[in-house]
Amino acid sequence: MSDWSGYLSLILDGAVVTIELTVMGCALALVAAFVAGLGRLSRQWPLRALATAYIEFFRGTSIFVQLFWAYFVLPLFGLPLSPLQAGVLALGLNVGAYGAEVVRGAILALPKEQYEACTALNLSHFQRMRYVILPQALVLMLPTFGNNAIELLKGTAVVSLISLSDMTFQAQVVRAQTGSTAMPFLTILVLYFAIALVLSFSIRGLERKLSAGLDVTKA
Amino acid sequence: MDWNWGFVQQILPTLAQGVVVTIQATLLGSAVAMVLGLIMAILRRSQNRAVSGTVGWLLEFVRGTPLLVQLYFLFYILPDLGVVLSPLVAGVIGLGLHYGTYTSEVYRAGIDNVSRGQWEAAKAVNLTIRQTWLNVILPQAVPPMIPALANYFLAMFKETPLLSAITVLELMNQARSVANFNYRYLEPMTLVGVFFLAISVPAVIGLRYVEKRFRGPAQ
Repeated sequence: MSDWSGYLSLILDGAVVTIELTVMGCALALVAAFVAGLGRLSRQWPLRALATAYIEFFRGTSIFVQLFWAYFVLPLFGLPLSPLQAGVLALGLNVGAYGAEVVRGAILALPKEQYEACTALNLSHFQRMRYVILPQALVLMLPTFGNNAIELLKGTAVVSLISLSDMTFQAQVVRAQTGSTAMPFLTILVLYFAIALVLSFSIRGLERKLSAGLDVTKA
Repeated sequence: MDWNWGFVQQILPTLAQGVVVTIQATLLGSAVAMVLGLIMAILRRSQNRAVSGTVGWLLEFVRGTPLLVQLYFLFYILPDLGVVLSPLVAGVIGLGLHYGTYTSEVYRAGIDNVSRGQWEAAKAVNLTIRQTWLNVILPQAVPPMIPALANYFLAMFKETPLLSAITVLELMNQARSVANFNYRYLEPMTLVGVFFLAISVPAVIGLRYVEKRFRGPAQ
């Protein structure tokens, strides 16, 4: 039992990798979501087609398949990726595809009058997005973004299968060394859940902050 | 890197065996998720605070932790407790449990969406509890649930490659083993992706149709 603290520190090392992956994956996913989400709403059809293809492709297969493809097949095209890079790429693009639909849905959910008012005030395209549409749409997006972030966190477990030493990988190491199964896996389950709770609480806080002073009717 | 059709032909029979297991796992997992989801939704509605509270947290916990880790947990720990399951059975239970927490939410929303007036009217015309559920509540609650349930079963289908981590010989595992054996990753990994896209893209289109069909008159 005295060894347990040593094993726990192994698992905590893994937790750091898991959190890194989650943060970097979320950053990439956020960018991908806005680019593809706005792309789908574009008036240029090639942009729309490209965004639709990206979204359908990444939503049509799972993170697992995409990760393996990124890790094993992309090097054959002269693009060798480290496990961490492949992980961030697959997680970010996968969750970004789900996020893109959220972005699109939130922007479309705003009432038409908002657009008409912008035209009446003679705002430019950019001003309309920046000052009128996005501040309101962002509040609508946040709850679903929170769920997506938790999905991404759960997806990070898959990178253990391409030998990245995240929390799940470390739990397997501990299992192999101690022969004890229940302790490492229960520990990481609790840790994953704790990270998920932190994520959902911070999103809820952010939601309160962003919706302050806005008169958005909750969908 | 060039695509080798001869190799594709050589590995197709092996992959086809994997496809069969993938489909089995999806169908069985969906059945388990449907039943477990219903049980959890009913327990969640329990009058007893202790029961509904505990089930509520349990659902949050399962939803907030990775399916892969849950699969490991079931696969490695149940044998310690004297329950020896074949990998496929452990996988089906894992999938069913994980997605059951999502389907329970669908049932809950579906039942809550039937307006109070319907319950009161059923009481007013002196229907029994059984008649109320079978003839009034369920016929209204079930159709809006169908697209949401189908959506989760599609998601489950895409997650079945995770079962390869607990040695189920489904499509992904077969692909990995032929890839490792021949040291060619391009064809097997790509074919797995193509297979999932070939099923899920038409399924998504079908789902949109189902959604329109079952949305029905607004309540």
